[in-house]
Amino acid sequence: MSPSHTGELTFSTVKPRVGLQAALDKGRAGIVAEVSGSGLKGRGGAGFPTGVKWNLAAATVADEKFVVCNADEGEPGTFKDRVILNRFADLVFEGMIIAGYAIGAQKGILYLRGEYSYLRKDLEKTLERMRTEGMLGERVLGRDDVSFDIEIFIGSGAYVCGEETALIESLEGQRGEPRNRPPFPVNTGYKGRPTVVNNVETLAWIPSIMARGADWFSSLGTDKSKGLKLFSVSGDVERPGVYEFPWGLTIADLMREVGGENAKAVQVGGASGYIVPARDFERHIAFEDVPTGGAVIVFGPHRDMLQVVSNFMEFFVGESCGQCTPCREGNVKLLEGLRLLEEGRCSTRQMRELCALGETMQQASKCGLGQSSPNAFLSIVKHYGDEIMGRTDVIV
Amino acid sequence: MLVTEQDRLRDDILAWGDAGGGSREALIPLLQRVQQKYGEISDFAMQVIADVLSIHPVEVQSVISFYHFLDLSARGKFIIRLCRTISCDIAGKDRLARQLENDLGISFGETTNDGMFTLEWANCIGMCDQGPAMLINEKVFTRVTPELVHNVLQACRASFGNIGLEGKEEL
Repeated sequence: MSPSHTGELTFSTVKPRVGLQAALDKGRAGIVAEVSGSGLKGRGGAGFPTGVKWNLAAATVADEKFVVCNADEGEPGTFKDRVILNRFADLVFEGMIIAGYAIGAQKGILYLRGEYSYLRKDLEKTLERMRTEGMLGERVLGRDDVSFDIEIFIGSGAYVCGEETALIESLEGQRGEPRNRPPFPVNTGYKGRPTVVNNVETLAWIPSIMARGADWFSSLGTDKSKGLKLFSVSGDVERPGVYEFPWGLTIADLMREVGGENAKAVQVGGASGYIVPARDFERHIAFEDVPTGGAVIVFGPHRDMLQVVSNFMEFFVGESCGQCTPCREGNVKLLEGLRLLEEGRCSTRQMRELCALGETMQQASKCGLGQSSPNAFLSIVKHYGDEIMGRTDVIV
Repeated sequence: MLVTEQDRLRDDILAWGDAGGGSREALIPLLQRVQQKYGEISDFAMQVIADVLSIHPVEVQSVISFYHFLDLSARGKFIIRLCRTISCDIAGKDRLARQLENDLGISFGETTNDGMFTLEWANCIGMCDQGPAMLINEKVFTRVTPELVHNVLQACRASFGNIGLEGKEEL
């Protein structure tokens, strides 16, 4: 086994059924109160409080509701959800059952990205086992008032489908183009019904929060970022893999753990995140300082930051859904600018205009993709202006 | 009675469409099954799918064109998707790409003349800690070196369909 994680992952120490049983004993309101009290925030990166989301969905009256597990883990540098689904899928499914009971949904859908379709067979087996064990289907754990089942939907390769409204469009058989919000999925989601969309890791934590209580969870981490977090570490580092730490550790601490002490910079939050240069390594990883969905990409001393950002921009040009103009055109323009920088032919005025374009995209794009795609570009201009301007060594 | 390819395709789509309840939500799973069995989604297939779901064929085409893993044109029996995103880039995907092109005799985006292999780029496939990584159909290969390319391609040629081709992922 490669060092994909350090020791045991805390959420996996809860035994099967224990979390689910505890949740059913608490009742609907009790579950929502517990999740709210724990301070758990969405682990996909956006960080919306899970308790608030569940409360809104529970409060909406409808004939049908849905729980969707977002396993469209497409952010470059993120792979924790793959590890969770590979080894602890039953806990994720338990989390979905608990969410379903809390909001009054009888159906759950796991939206698995097409790139992970090789996981499907084992996931189906796990679902089948849970059905025979009475954890899924009619009368969950013998309770007459609880019924819930889960099906798997395979994506077809589109990064933007990780955005929850695009994901819902995709489930409905449409192009994965994000919707305007409001209305939010908790009111008008899949098939126009109230829908809770949660990240894989978010749901994986639910059983242990149910079993050990909100106070246990909220005693870990920082004021605004509660609990433990999984980090996907890759790049120029001695020990890449999945790590678990409480929120609030410094980047320097993390680098010591993973063997990346001599890093020149770290990209926190994947392609849509920010570049943190070595002089800022004392900053804390938390929603109130450097937020992340868990992706940490490390760049060694010799890494060319211009090539790094060009790689990110190529990614966004390929993955923009093309629906709104700032994102569709803006990403192409930023990539053109990066090509000019690579050739050493970008004037200062042009670079400033590109930065202004990036700021416009952050404000005017419809969804998170276009709002965050200029981050990396703006970061290198801010931190590595000296390194990227006036180049004479042309990159082929 | 002689069954033509078109008859077979239509019967398949009708059967799969019935299983999906004939609703719009069934569209993407239906397209995936056609793609998997026939290697492409032809104009004829789009028309039949549209009829089954009571939508216009252009709606079907619109959805296909949106997703990277759905194809309007014929693809090889084995679709090789090499990850080009940052961590695999750092891990040396360029040399792997070059060797794949050399051994297959095609460039990215092309299919070999014998219809066996299609070579494509993929955006991050979530194997960032074990790069460079690639997908061949539904199997994942990690820490692939240029030297290993020949063996991987031979394993594909020696197998029937997807069966017998073992992917390897370390966890």
